[in-house]
Amino acid sequence: MAHFPKPSEGSWTEHFKIDTGPVSYADSISPEFYELERDAIFRRTWLNVGRVEQLPRKGSYFTKELDAARASVVVVRGTDGEVRAFHNVCRHRGNKLVWDDYPREETKGTCRAFTCKYHAWRYDLEGKLTFVQQESEFFGIDTSKYGLMQVQTEVWEGFIFVNLDPENTTPLKTYLGKFAQGIDGYPFHKLTQVHKYRAEIGSNWKLFIDAFAEFYHAPILHAGQYESGEAAKIKKYGYEALSYDIDGPHSMVSSWGGIAPPKEKAMVKPIERVLRSGLFGPWDAPDIGMTTEELPPAINPTRNEVWGMDSFVFFPNFMLLIWRPNWVLTYHYWPTSYNTHIFEGTCYFVPPENGFQRLQQELAAVTFKEYGLQDGNTLEATQTMLESRTVDQFPLCDQEVLLRHLHNTTQSYVREYQQRNAAAPTS
Amino acid sequence: MGNVFPPDFAALEPFADWAVRGERARYAKRVTSTMEELQAFYDVAYPLLQQNTEYLENLRLDGISKEDKHLLWAFCALVTVAFPVEAWGQPRVPDSGPSSIDAVIEPAV
Repeated sequence: MAHFPKPSEGSWTEHFKIDTGPVSYADSISPEFYELERDAIFRRTWLNVGRVEQLPRKGSYFTKELDAARASVVVVRGTDGEVRAFHNVCRHRGNKLVWDDYPREETKGTCRAFTCKYHAWRYDLEGKLTFVQQESEFFGIDTSKYGLMQVQTEVWEGFIFVNLDPENTTPLKTYLGKFAQGIDGYPFHKLTQVHKYRAEIGSNWKLFIDAFAEFYHAPILHAGQYESGEAAKIKKYGYEALSYDIDGPHSMVSSWGGIAPPKEKAMVKPIERVLRSGLFGPWDAPDIGMTTEELPPAINPTRNEVWGMDSFVFFPNFMLLIWRPNWVLTYHYWPTSYNTHIFEGTCYFVPPENGFQRLQQELAAVTFKEYGLQDGNTLEATQTMLESRTVDQFPLCDQEVLLRHLHNTTQSYVREYQQRNAAAPTS
Repeated sequence: MGNVFPPDFAALEPFADWAVRGERARYAKRVTSTMEELQAFYDVAYPLLQQNTEYLENLRLDGISKEDKHLLWAFCALVTVAFPVEAWGQPRVPDSGPSSIDAVIEPAV
């Protein structure tokens, strides 16, 4: 039985003119395909590497490892207050410029200049080479030609993005399209209380996006998280989204309310009852300067009264979840090989005013983690069986439409990249 | 030796080892505890949380005392422990095998 209306075509998938046949997942089990994705996608698209709050002062910096793009960048706030990113490589002999103890681990801090550990070459916060050890030993070196290699950097609503393609001509806002435009004005800057989690996942990066871009699995995989009577009801009811939308490579799903607060308190676990919080966040929404009705138009796009959260997939690897009780969750998926990636999940809340609110937020964050642990291990199980190549035809339902879109988008980026390269004259 | 927790929470003193800073450390303690140990802590801490929501609502985080900080950490531990006790019936998340998700940034208090 349909609980929410579908487009006139009868399904979301057909509405978006997406093929309804089985999918193969060949794009998630091939080292060769992954090598193509690195160049076709991760070295060419805008990637979200952090938020402006991570750079509170002039000289604040952090590094980001972008293994899929074969790069490490250092993101820094300059003396002029501007946020810039540079390739994290010293121009003298190619040493990684900014790192602590372990070259592959990310780091952060505040400084007045970057000094290479190797021969003390020094760069200012704008990337200019300002000191060369024993400069007279070099052969008329023109220091103005040896500044750090700058990476295109733009900020949208406090989210810092980089694009590693020096030839990129698409501004960030154009790339992010209508969803970002319709989210503009959401008060992300008020949500500065951060809980961030990180996990190494044994699956292709797209499989975890798949897991979070459909909620068809929620009543089953996460049944243990509900009170048992409630779990049976939810399973029978199944899952239907309020709406789906697609814009270029990006997509979104708008979802009904879930449990914040529940209709009856008996539906939720005792800890949720006493703290008035859970997966959907604290039930008492903090003031963010706008009501649910006043949220920007891309959020709760159908203006449905039972709306609970929206989940945006910004291609390739950034998901933004906006929840009705005024908090935000982001997901990032950083590939490290065709069948491994690093997952980051970050909760953003309005800073708590008291100890009780602090505990409400702790419960929301920890619940997310418990769900994530279930999802993460399932992914490894899926990856190993896909790699067995026993089955290569998988039927996806209409509530899995965003998965089809993600895989189709990935394949078309790779195809276009191959065509461009084939057409280019070889010299 | 002085109290770990504020005087109203003396019943928690035998469980002072649950006043652990950081979700990562609290989770580590959970998964190396037995269900009996988790249940014993839950049985004392849960009613205290239930009876003292007003105390917590009046607890400002700026300039929080050492004892109140310990109390918040112990209740954060209760949040972590509630999952095995109320849902899983075992310390680990079912089917989570070797996978782990680690807190890398957390609030100062």
